[in-house]
Amino acid sequence: MREINVATLTDVVERLCIEANVHLPQDVKCAIKNCRACEDGRIAQGVLDNIIENYEIADKECVPICQDTGMACVFLEIGQDVHLVGGDLTDAINEGVRRGYTNGYLRKSVVKDPVRRGNTGDNTPAMIYTEIVPGENIKVTLGPKGFGSENMSQIRMFKPSAGLQGIKDFILEVVETAGPNPCPPMVVGVGIGGTFDKAALLAKKALMRPIDSSNPDPYYADLEVEMLEKINQLGIGPQGFGGKTTAIGLNIETLPTHIAGMPCAVNINCHVTRHKTEVI
Amino acid sequence: MTRKITLPLTEELARTLHAGDEVLLTGTIYTSRDAGHKRMCESLAKGEPLPFDPTDATIYYVGPTPAKPGTVIGSAGPTTSGRMDAYAPTMMSVGARGMIGKGARLPEVVEAMKKYSGVYFGAIGGAGALLAKCIKKCELIAYEDLGAEALRKLYVEDMPLVVIIDCEGNNLYEIGRKEYLGK
Repeated sequence: MREINVATLTDVVERLCIEANVHLPQDVKCAIKNCRACEDGRIAQGVLDNIIENYEIADKECVPICQDTGMACVFLEIGQDVHLVGGDLTDAINEGVRRGYTNGYLRKSVVKDPVRRGNTGDNTPAMIYTEIVPGENIKVTLGPKGFGSENMSQIRMFKPSAGLQGIKDFILEVVETAGPNPCPPMVVGVGIGGTFDKAALLAKKALMRPIDSSNPDPYYADLEVEMLEKINQLGIGPQGFGGKTTAIGLNIETLPTHIAGMPCAVNINCHVTRHKTEVI
Repeated sequence: MTRKITLPLTEELARTLHAGDEVLLTGTIYTSRDAGHKRMCESLAKGEPLPFDPTDATIYYVGPTPAKPGTVIGSAGPTTSGRMDAYAPTMMSVGARGMIGKGARLPEVVEAMKKYSGVYFGAIGGAGALLAKCIKKCELIAYEDLGAEALRKLYVEDMPLVVIIDCEGNNLYEIGRKEYLGK
């Protein structure tokens, strides 16, 4: 049994909020640069040049890459041999978000009620996802999620007879419908299987995985490659102005599901796909 | 290739801008997004004046991050314009001709643009740190309680934009994609 004070989590979450919003992950930077090298349209090249210049400014001046510094999605993998002390876990995470978004000059984008609105003023509450795993560590992943792209995400409950083709068509349909709205080039997270809610969670988790990684199952690894190619044949291009680069990455996560169903969720993200992980 | 333009966005100037034109924009613009537009349109419905003169004005759909000490503004890239579609025709009807944002617009917005000689400019979504460099002055003018969504008056210099939809209804999202796929 290892004791961890929740105050440690507050500090880690504060730091991750700021770092994730200021420094774009290396895998995303590499993908953008590779796509820039392949583009031949003048406007598309110009857009990608500006996107590269933008994340370089953010790195150098420690300012947010994008003004939509997102809702703070916090994924916790808590070792079952950890004993949390010193207070309430949820309060500690929210305090970290509050400090991170205030001290990091990040935008407060959360309203306290979905219908009646009203900004909470400190970007809380965080969206917290906990998982109990073996061991005595806590793995914290923070992914600030912007809503220009979140709004373009969709879920569908397929009949099993729709098969692989149904999934493929749906992914393309979601990207096509999103068009220029989610600030392409996009990153696409796909969740297949589980239940209605689990499929959506899988899609979000897919966005937390580096885009230069592959699904460990070769069947889905091949599907990731195929669907990314197909998306990039749509011609939407950087910012929707036309071009080769509509998406820079596509990750698929799956779970077993019911004999009667085949849920599929597609979570869209933009070229500012941010996530940062720390292990306590 | 890139053309420099200076505001205000008169009808005469608007008519010279075409979908696909890359411009560097200089002048005074106003920030507003969801909650600000809702309030402005409620004011207009009650016959009350807007917090700024909308004649030939350009509105930037943006909610910036807070300014760090010693800076004018935080990161300030465009938000998705489609959420302002419910309000844009009303804003154009009182003279606000220019819109800066990103993403698709509804046909009724394009119709209003044809009627009032409106122009829809695209700024690069997700390039908030870069776009902030063009903003030389920032003054909060109304709706302070809305935080990031408050109304701000900005002075921008050489802001890099692309004309997405012009006042004849030509649309770069359609033209650009067709051109690419036609290659």
